[in-house]
Amino acid sequence: MAEVTLAVDGTTVTVPGGSTILDACRALDNDQPTLCYLDNLTPVNVCRVCVVEVEGNRTLVPSCSRPAEEGMEVATDSDRVRHSRKMVYEFLASSVELDLVDEETVAWMDRYGCDPDRYGPPADPSGDRDQRKAGHHRIGPGTAAETVHQPVKVDNELYVRDYSRCILCYKCVEACGEDAQNTFAIAVAGRGFDARISTEFDTGLTDSACVFCGNCIGVCPTGALMFRSEYELRQAGMWEEEGQTVTRTICSYCGVGCNLDLHVQDNRIVKVTSPMDHSVTSGHLCIKGRFGYEYVQEVGDLAVTPIDEILRRARIDDRGPRRHPEPRA
Amino acid sequence: MFGVGGGTCSYEEIETTDVILLWGSNAREAHPIFFHHLMKGVRSGARLYTIDPRHTTSAMWADVWLGLEVGSDIALANTVAREIITSGLQHEEFIRHSTTGFEAYAESVEPWTLQRGAEVTGLPPEVIRRMAHDYATAEQAQICWTLGITEHHNATDNVLALINLALLTGHVGRYGSGLVPIRGQNNVQGGGDMGALPNRLPGFQEIEDPVSRGKFEALWGRSVPDRPGKHLSLMLEAMEHGEITALYVIGENPAQSEARSDHARHLLRGLDFMVVQDIFMTRTAELADVVLPAAAGWAETDGTVTSSERRVQRVRKALDPPGDARDDLHIISALAERMGRGWGYPTAEEVWDELRSLSPNHAGMSYRRLAEAGGLQWPCTDEDDPGTLFLHGDLWDDPLPRDPAPFFPTPWAPPVDELSEDYPIRLTTGRRLDSYNTGVQSGGYSSPLRTSVAVEVAPADAAALGVAEGDLVRVVSRRGSVEAPLMIDRSLRRGLAFMAVHDPDAVDVNLLTIDAWDPKSGTAEFKATAVRIDPLRKDAGRRSELRPVANYRA
Repeated sequence: MAEVTLAVDGTTVTVPGGSTILDACRALDNDQPTLCYLDNLTPVNVCRVCVVEVEGNRTLVPSCSRPAEEGMEVATDSDRVRHSRKMVYEFLASSVELDLVDEETVAWMDRYGCDPDRYGPPADPSGDRDQRKAGHHRIGPGTAAETVHQPVKVDNELYVRDYSRCILCYKCVEACGEDAQNTFAIAVAGRGFDARISTEFDTGLTDSACVFCGNCIGVCPTGALMFRSEYELRQAGMWEEEGQTVTRTICSYCGVGCNLDLHVQDNRIVKVTSPMDHSVTSGHLCIKGRFGYEYVQEVGDLAVTPIDEILRRARIDDRGPRRHPEPRA
Repeated sequence: MFGVGGGTCSYEEIETTDVILLWGSNAREAHPIFFHHLMKGVRSGARLYTIDPRHTTSAMWADVWLGLEVGSDIALANTVAREIITSGLQHEEFIRHSTTGFEAYAESVEPWTLQRGAEVTGLPPEVIRRMAHDYATAEQAQICWTLGITEHHNATDNVLALINLALLTGHVGRYGSGLVPIRGQNNVQGGGDMGALPNRLPGFQEIEDPVSRGKFEALWGRSVPDRPGKHLSLMLEAMEHGEITALYVIGENPAQSEARSDHARHLLRGLDFMVVQDIFMTRTAELADVVLPAAAGWAETDGTVTSSERRVQRVRKALDPPGDARDDLHIISALAERMGRGWGYPTAEEVWDELRSLSPNHAGMSYRRLAEAGGLQWPCTDEDDPGTLFLHGDLWDDPLPRDPAPFFPTPWAPPVDELSEDYPIRLTTGRRLDSYNTGVQSGGYSSPLRTSVAVEVAPADAAALGVAEGDLVRVVSRRGSVEAPLMIDRSLRRGLAFMAVHDPDAVDVNLLTIDAWDPKSGTAEFKATAVRIDPLRKDAGRRSELRPVANYRA
């Protein structure tokens, strides 16, 4: 496709045909905030934090998916853009636990002067979001900020779902569906403020279609979806991201050659991810690559570390002691 | 193929191809991330044919599922070939320019009418015809296969039958068209490339070729044996005859993974001396005189592995190995030293650089480049070579710069273990999504998908036996028997049973399998066992544990 030339904040840039406005911004080192956008997923345009103003367009447009056009004049820092982004962040932060979002998101919120507290203290948690039906939403008194609070779902040995942290970016739904795994175990249930990510009929993950590839966790931007190992170590106050090393290696199972990033704390693998920019995986793994590492750290009772104790306790709570493999060493 | 031991395509090519024949592979469970690439192809409009006796989770995505009889793959391939030829759909120009032996091949498939093919495979003739026409007329097409093709007594002929189809239609050596064996283990490709085959030197160079041998002899200052050694099946035979009396096993569990495993264990016990080098105290290690504890290659040592798209990639040490476990390279170097032939203790990179100096296909792959590029695909002959996306492009060059690719007529032979009145059910074995081989590795993590190993049968067979799901049955073959709970699986046809191989401590499936093996590859016929199923007692296990979860979820 032919190249297109456009102006972003008054600076002219030429990008390959088919590029988005976001691509054009990035070509100018003028990055825009995103929440629901990821390089390895199809844009779903739901979070609206990447919106920009395009000369001649009535509404703000999502830069992550709107194709760049010849002669376009784009404003990324106009009053209208700043105001819109601030409101989006404030609504999210007033209703969702955002303490695990990345540093860039925190920086953008600071830049726009977000003040989520101005919507009042959090409303009492209702706890029944999974039962709500479309159209049955109750309107609160207006003195407190409604939240998406739900109890944490711990129903299996591998994942934890904490939908109090969910901003409904759809990334997990996309990764579970057409963009990677093609399993379709989760989707959005409910409408409006009651919308939430759910399995079919809100069944537990172990009774759902889930195949535990963990690709939903890999794309989650807020920590709503978390590996059980990370969750348990955080609960115990032992998750130390600064002290972790990340080493890239290749999965030990089948012959596809998936790249694994092993996150290691105190000589224990505590999390496995995959690089999004690698042609083999595009960041996605299967259950074996994501979770099948434990055999290298089953070292018998003599060498048990505090991390082992935490993770073993969680596992024994779930299932009882394991049968094999034979401990190493 | 054609003298090169690797798949011809890169994964990215399947995303834009037009027709995919997924033959003897349940990639959705056994190679899930390859299946992601395949699904991109399906989403882009590729037509997917799955050829598998079972209606697997991969077959659920197929346009057409060809549920052929176990072991009738050559019959199907030959029928497809004859249909292509009689319809005049073969690639005349490619055949003339780039291949040899077409006349004899055409003659060999001549008896394989649609009618005969349908009788042998159990498939409707119009389905075979449709696949033949779709494959032959596609702009780009790939044949992908795994152990459903190679775990047969005629494995090599099975593979050649598929290669013949690619030669017949010119579906090789072009972007998007090719032959794609997906490897079962993370370094099967690399092991072969590095000479862990009886007839190969590192770099997949022929041991019988004096020029290749000479390079190694010059560098190592030693003579290299000029004849191939033995593959595992031949080794077991040699143990039986007392020719082999000592064995050094590295990272393999033959006491459980071999067909007719009780016989394999008997042979291992009969050895004078066995050393096992492994990361676990496996059942094989329990039989050993000496056990050398090894570090886990992918997380506790540095090195390289090679994937199914010929991509050499770095493995790196992320963990300190436990206790006294040591890097394989260290152990082998220490052994050499004890034997009085010490070569010091080279690093993985130093060994790799030596390999690069001896293997032209790997010469351009420095550790630095491998890290920067995220792996390189061989051949990669110098440091400016970006590596090779697909192989055999030179078959299309004019004039042909190489030997033409030969057709090999492939006569069909049925499975060795024949069905009979006493053994009326065909048992086939395979993998599940969350588990792996004998379970030594995958048994280490708690999988919510894991179910107890059961014998899975079609609803009609369960009804005929008068057994319900969860009942305990005895599965009996001509070589042995195992007890297992029965599970009903609607993905199976009448007369076909399936068992996963992952928990031999609970259900030793390989007591049943036959040790008939392919004389060329040495692979045993794990995929075709004749069995009967005897009911034992009701309600052996809770049904909830027996749900065919992994079967329906992938």
